[in-house]
Amino acid sequence: MLYFVARRSIFAIILLFVVSIFTFWIFSALPADPAALTCGKNCRPEVIEANRARLGYDKPWIEQYGGYMKGIFVGRTYGEDAAAIHCSAPSLGYSYDRHECVSSLVAKTFPVTASIAFGAFVLWMFLGITLGTWAALRRGKWPDHLATSLSVVGISFPSFFLGLLSVLIFVIWTKLLPFPQYVGITENPIKWFSSLILPWCVLAVLSASTYIRMTRNGILEVMNEEFVRLGIAKGLSRKKLIVKYVLRAALTPIATIAGIDFAFLLGGALVTESVFNLPGLGKLTLAAVTNSDLPILVATTLVAAVFIVVANAIVDIMYGFLDPRVRTK
Amino acid sequence: MNTPLLSVRDLHVNFGTSEGVVQAVRGVSFDIGTGETLAIVGESGSGKSVTASAIMRLNFGADIRVSGSAMFEGKDILSMGEEEIRKMRGSDIAMIFQDPLTALNPFYTVGNQISEAYAIHHPGTSKKELRALALDAIEKVGIPEPVKRIKQYPHEFSGGMRQRIVIAMALINQPKLLIADEPTTALDVTVQAQILELIGSMQEDYGTAVILITHDLGVVAEVTERVLVMYAGRMVEKASVVDAFGSPTHPYTRGLLNSVKSLDSASHSRLEPIPGIPPSLIDLPSGCPFHERCRYAESLNGKCATEVPELKAVGNSWSACHLPIEVLATPIKESL
Repeated sequence: MLYFVARRSIFAIILLFVVSIFTFWIFSALPADPAALTCGKNCRPEVIEANRARLGYDKPWIEQYGGYMKGIFVGRTYGEDAAAIHCSAPSLGYSYDRHECVSSLVAKTFPVTASIAFGAFVLWMFLGITLGTWAALRRGKWPDHLATSLSVVGISFPSFFLGLLSVLIFVIWTKLLPFPQYVGITENPIKWFSSLILPWCVLAVLSASTYIRMTRNGILEVMNEEFVRLGIAKGLSRKKLIVKYVLRAALTPIATIAGIDFAFLLGGALVTESVFNLPGLGKLTLAAVTNSDLPILVATTLVAAVFIVVANAIVDIMYGFLDPRVRTK
Repeated sequence: MNTPLLSVRDLHVNFGTSEGVVQAVRGVSFDIGTGETLAIVGESGSGKSVTASAIMRLNFGADIRVSGSAMFEGKDILSMGEEEIRKMRGSDIAMIFQDPLTALNPFYTVGNQISEAYAIHHPGTSKKELRALALDAIEKVGIPEPVKRIKQYPHEFSGGMRQRIVIAMALINQPKLLIADEPTTALDVTVQAQILELIGSMQEDYGTAVILITHDLGVVAEVTERVLVMYAGRMVEKASVVDAFGSPTHPYTRGLLNSVKSLDSASHSRLEPIPGIPPSLIDLPSGCPFHERCRYAESLNGKCATEVPELKAVGNSWSACHLPIEVLATPIKESL
């Protein structure tokens, strides 16, 4: 098992390295000149060249990559004169557009995204698994029809539509909730909660739809397994059979998919953050796209990639704990 | 004569499917006494496994109808309440399944699963006691190194070993009746003999009655006393093993025996497969279910296609065939 964990971790590190080098290469190969973007439209060539040298864009991309990686671990200073800019470790570059170190931008926006992702995750897993289980156990009866039609409806609505609709209903018409304006959890937990409840629900409805189906189908599939029949033949009660035999087997594969989905959301919920005007990673990315702010784009891409790669590794290791068949290979 | 342990009368099982009603079992009746062995033989789709599941009340589904009776120690299993039947499953009546590779729960150690079989029917047993019981059970079925093996998961065992574990699980409560649904079909030939021997010795130790469901006539000859031959959901022949093999009466039983190669007659006899395929259980032929494939059907002027033959005594056997008793009783070699 220890060997399995070690091997999986090493693989994850190698993968991260490959992903980072690839990301960096793609962005450096873009036709956009990052140095030219550092000053306005009517910029003098000397300023561009000075900025180019200061930010290191004059060097070959592989050397830039080296500098970038070094910056992540030890921090980085741009320029040598009095106007030098220092970004402390972990440095993810400097946004000329915003006059700020990218790492501090990410640090500011990440808690927002993490809050959104965490709440939505809890909500959708709860909804998906309970409704999916209910539907499977009452197969062909009204709970099944209700849950499956709900999931069809949920999956058919795009998140921006559902988001705007919920704002219209809960904020504008009924005035049950204030318009979402993000407040940190440490500042005011109640306001934090009320500002996030709508985005959580919108994201949860979308994902829960998939999880209702996965849970329902998984359970029905496991119910046909021979070992469940043997469980009945042994005289297990229905409750114990469902929990110990059916759910254990049906939810194990779902747990791994859930891990990846959660990590994906941590990289930024672009549409939901925009609809609800939440200053998270997704909004930061979207703004960077609009302004061609390459350093931010490189950084958010890398951050999202790190989440996915790390989550994949964790999920694989977790699967080893959940399923003994994987463990002893 | 004592009342039998299990007495099945006129068992019918129908499944409703989108294509129509599947008449899986039609009027099966048999008795089995304490410590006895009965084999139910037939091709796939003959209703033998459905019969076994019906006795355990394991067939479920939205559209299933079971009728008839299955009296176990004076109580009708088919009309029992859910909780009553649950208490009987695994304690009075245990079952072994065909495929040991899929019958064990992959998520729990074999020790856990064996002791669970005991704990279900003996709540409040201490963990230590359960462990000791599991160790004992696993040793009895001939698995070496029980202390080590008990902590392992099903996928770490070979097919034969897994079937031994299923048997250990089935016998831990010393059931009165063991239903073995094709227990050796998925195993290697060498392992098959070992498993049959194991079931046999357990049967001797505990006085367990065994219903052996199989399509393998070699297995039947080896371990059972009585045979029930099924075809398309109906009983076609009931006999002792000696009679069924020595002087089979029903044309279907004869056909079955002729499609198996036996060593002592190998030199000149040829395999004679039964022509055609078993009928669809949704669209069953009228009259005798076997008449479309039967070589004697024409000689009876259409009687076989219209009238369902009842079981009638032919010597020591019971046979469901319209042929005159003298013909059915004629030794097999001369009639062929």
